[in-house]
Amino acid sequence: MNAPLIGARIARKEDYRFLTGAGQYTDDVTLPNQAYAAFVRSPHAHANIKSASVEKAKKAPGVLGVFTGADVAAAKLGGLPCGWLITDVNGQPMKEPPYPVLAQGKVRFVGERVAVVVAETLAQARDAAEMVDVKYDELPAVVDGRKAIAKGAPQIHEAAPNNTCYVWALGDKAAVDAAFAKAAHVTKLEFVNNRLVPNAMEPRAANGYYSRAEDSYTLYVANQNPHVERLLMTAFVMGLPEHKVRVVAPDVGGGFGSKIYLYAEDVVVTWASKQLNRPVKWTADRSEAYLSDAHGRDHATVAELAMDKDGKFLAMRVSTVANVGAYLSTFASCVPTILYATLLAGQYTTPIIYCQVTAAFSNTSPVDAYRGAGRPEATYVVERLVETAAREMKIDPAEIRRKNFIRQFPYQTPVALLYDTGNYDATLDAAMKMADVSGFSSRKKSSEAKGKLRGLGYACYIEACGIAPSAVAGSLGARAGLFEAGEIRVHPTGSVTVFTGSHSHGQGHETSFAQVVADRLGIPIENVDIVHGDTSKILFGMGTYGSRSIAVGGTAIMKALDKIIAKGKKIAAHLMEAAEGDVEYNKGVYQVKGTDKKKMFGEVAFAAYVPHNYPHEKLEPGLNENAFYDPSNFTFPAGSYVCEVEVDPETGKVRIDRWTAVDDFGKIINPMIVEGQVHGGLAQGIGQALTENCVYDASGQLTTGSFMDYSIPRADDVPNFQVDTRETPCTHNPLGVKGCGEAGAIGAPAALMNAITDALGVKDMPMPASPQNVWNALKNRKAA
Amino acid sequence: MGIKVSLKVNGKAASAEVEERTLLVTFIRETLRLTGTHVGCDTAQCGACTVSMNGRAIKSCSILAMQAEGADITTIEGVAKADGTLHPMQAAFKEHHGLQCGFCTPGMVMNAIDFAKSHPNPSEQEIREALEGNLCRCTGYHNIVKSIAAGAKAMAAGK
Repeated sequence: MNAPLIGARIARKEDYRFLTGAGQYTDDVTLPNQAYAAFVRSPHAHANIKSASVEKAKKAPGVLGVFTGADVAAAKLGGLPCGWLITDVNGQPMKEPPYPVLAQGKVRFVGERVAVVVAETLAQARDAAEMVDVKYDELPAVVDGRKAIAKGAPQIHEAAPNNTCYVWALGDKAAVDAAFAKAAHVTKLEFVNNRLVPNAMEPRAANGYYSRAEDSYTLYVANQNPHVERLLMTAFVMGLPEHKVRVVAPDVGGGFGSKIYLYAEDVVVTWASKQLNRPVKWTADRSEAYLSDAHGRDHATVAELAMDKDGKFLAMRVSTVANVGAYLSTFASCVPTILYATLLAGQYTTPIIYCQVTAAFSNTSPVDAYRGAGRPEATYVVERLVETAAREMKIDPAEIRRKNFIRQFPYQTPVALLYDTGNYDATLDAAMKMADVSGFSSRKKSSEAKGKLRGLGYACYIEACGIAPSAVAGSLGARAGLFEAGEIRVHPTGSVTVFTGSHSHGQGHETSFAQVVADRLGIPIENVDIVHGDTSKILFGMGTYGSRSIAVGGTAIMKALDKIIAKGKKIAAHLMEAAEGDVEYNKGVYQVKGTDKKKMFGEVAFAAYVPHNYPHEKLEPGLNENAFYDPSNFTFPAGSYVCEVEVDPETGKVRIDRWTAVDDFGKIINPMIVEGQVHGGLAQGIGQALTENCVYDASGQLTTGSFMDYSIPRADDVPNFQVDTRETPCTHNPLGVKGCGEAGAIGAPAALMNAITDALGVKDMPMPASPQNVWNALKNRKAA
Repeated sequence: MGIKVSLKVNGKAASAEVEERTLLVTFIRETLRLTGTHVGCDTAQCGACTVSMNGRAIKSCSILAMQAEGADITTIEGVAKADGTLHPMQAAFKEHHGLQCGFCTPGMVMNAIDFAKSHPNPSEQEIREALEGNLCRCTGYHNIVKSIAAGAKAMAAGK
């Protein structure tokens, strides 16, 4: 019991229920008198609604109600809010056109919600949805962000001229331009960071229930941050007091960002449940998920790096058009700005950086944070530029990185962040050794002998996690602080329930958070349970995204534990008739310094709840503490990935031969869980670079709307990963932790594309490196 | 309107009147309320709905309930021993961290058990190919592959 729990590979507490089919995901929750919703969605990318006739649907078997935009407007349901205000280059606020929960006279993307049908069974709801007769006047559509902001493009919102949400910039343009003018060498790339569909395996779902008896709502929803969902829904959309709404995010089958947001369906089923006095459940089928989940990435970028004659970086200049889709999703505005441009220093001492971002509305599903959220896009810019620069200047790609690594900490970047600590040589050296980079040339010869092309690529990424110091976030436009809450409830016999505002949707908090608590208190991990995902149980929480759970949520728990231990000392001092200052706590035991007088943690807990002998005049009974934690800085996980590919020039097929990842996540609580997070992140990053691509045709139809058209990696698309870690503890949280959830997805695309372009001998090629794109790149190279 | 479907699920007789168009997975989840079998797509690609039918792993989203008339079905709820002890394949997934969010897991386990019956000592490549019909978005498959290799060996050893 006294073996350290922090750093231990402990099998997960939550696994038993998942392995035996006892998980409770939102769609598994069926309430008494359950009714089912089906949404009528726009088949057009851009159209005026002439009429919506619902009479036939209303009369269909089993139908309880049909609601359209007119109904929600009459009920004064507000639009979906955006949580982050970006101020443009002229000091003006971004354009925020309304995002109605059901379309108001106009539709702006295929899949937009036009009406909802609620019926006794799902089949009846779907049948009746087919009977809703909506007449449209089609309008020309635009799906590409660059085309959307060009002259003559169809105008999507009256409130956003030229389809421009904002033009935003960071850095001193004049100084950067001057540095470029003097540079010995400039490397320039133009590329698209391809649009992705998150595809958590559990489709979104929501089950809203209104109780007349209690005059209150309960919403079960597949969501990463139930308190944020509740706050946005009550205060900004429905005008309800929060104590009348309980939001439960039970077991959630993956999120990757896509379940952060308040979606229209969540609001509509909650509202409809009161209209019909029935619980109303909606579960997306995968086709609906493709159409209506927030997508990720979709940047078109021109990036340049200026260097002196030795390959020392002098300046970086980046211009990006970010496609935000038809409406602003909850955090859409901060992803291509605050979470992107601030990461452009990467691991390097580039002294000045200028980045300009134009956010464009288009007739596509809204785009928001997807695993990494801005940081994969930034890493792709930096690491593709650096690798390309090395090749152009005939410097070894590892060497050019070492020449420019940051080695003095804390380090103030030119793009607003203050890195507290890091050791980039350590991860790169370790990765190169594990990857046997020195043996690459002989492996390349063997491949050549077989008629295959072999390439090697690096990516040395950095990310800012643990969002956020609230004051910093607020100064950058966040409309809410981003602290976290934790509560420790010690039960009378010394077992513990922990309530956290973080949410686990695969990350294993029930285990890793229990390790932290059991380790700090010195009690068996079996005596600790973690509760998350229910606004009726947990005081508050900002939820899980941006790899913030352990760094922010874990620290809130540590703070609450400090209070528990401090109060326990007072109680123990009283019980042992000692001065409070003489009592020490260590591994589950309160002891009077220098004596053998001691009380076990459980004895003190018992005394706190059943206080016969208790200092009532000085101390309240009970042992329950909560804490809020607002971090003083971001955390900065970083690492080095080395990827080696073999390409068949006859077919264009890329095979990943070896993948090495060495990450520095600071202190690690459970290495088994951390490795799993890295593996999953890598697979998503590999998916972006190799197989995944979200495509709308020119008319705005989604042509990649299923697993048969949009290829998330399968088991034989990804290699066996070699992963390891180096540990430079974070300097500003008590656990020394940084966060690990997104690293793989951030670093992998650049490493893989660097390897593929190396193999092909081309400067650049588009993601994904599908056989067709590879084959075309080879053909173009031969033609050149 | 409707049709009576009778079959055996996890060793127990189950019978109900359902619409003809009812899929087997809907029958399992909605009629029998066995919600461990999941639905992750609508194109028979993801495998989250995999169950055992007459000893073979099948995707329960791609047949009608009435096509399973008289069949012997095992779902994820019927895999562990009656006393709650995990099946060797389930235990291997836990030991090797072969699951994260747990949503694809029931289908993975059901497919893996069927696969392991004919592959007592599978290679990594064989396992990866056998997972062609099961999608996971969390694990990058790395630990699922390890779990299945270990689970297959444990199943073979336990025979």
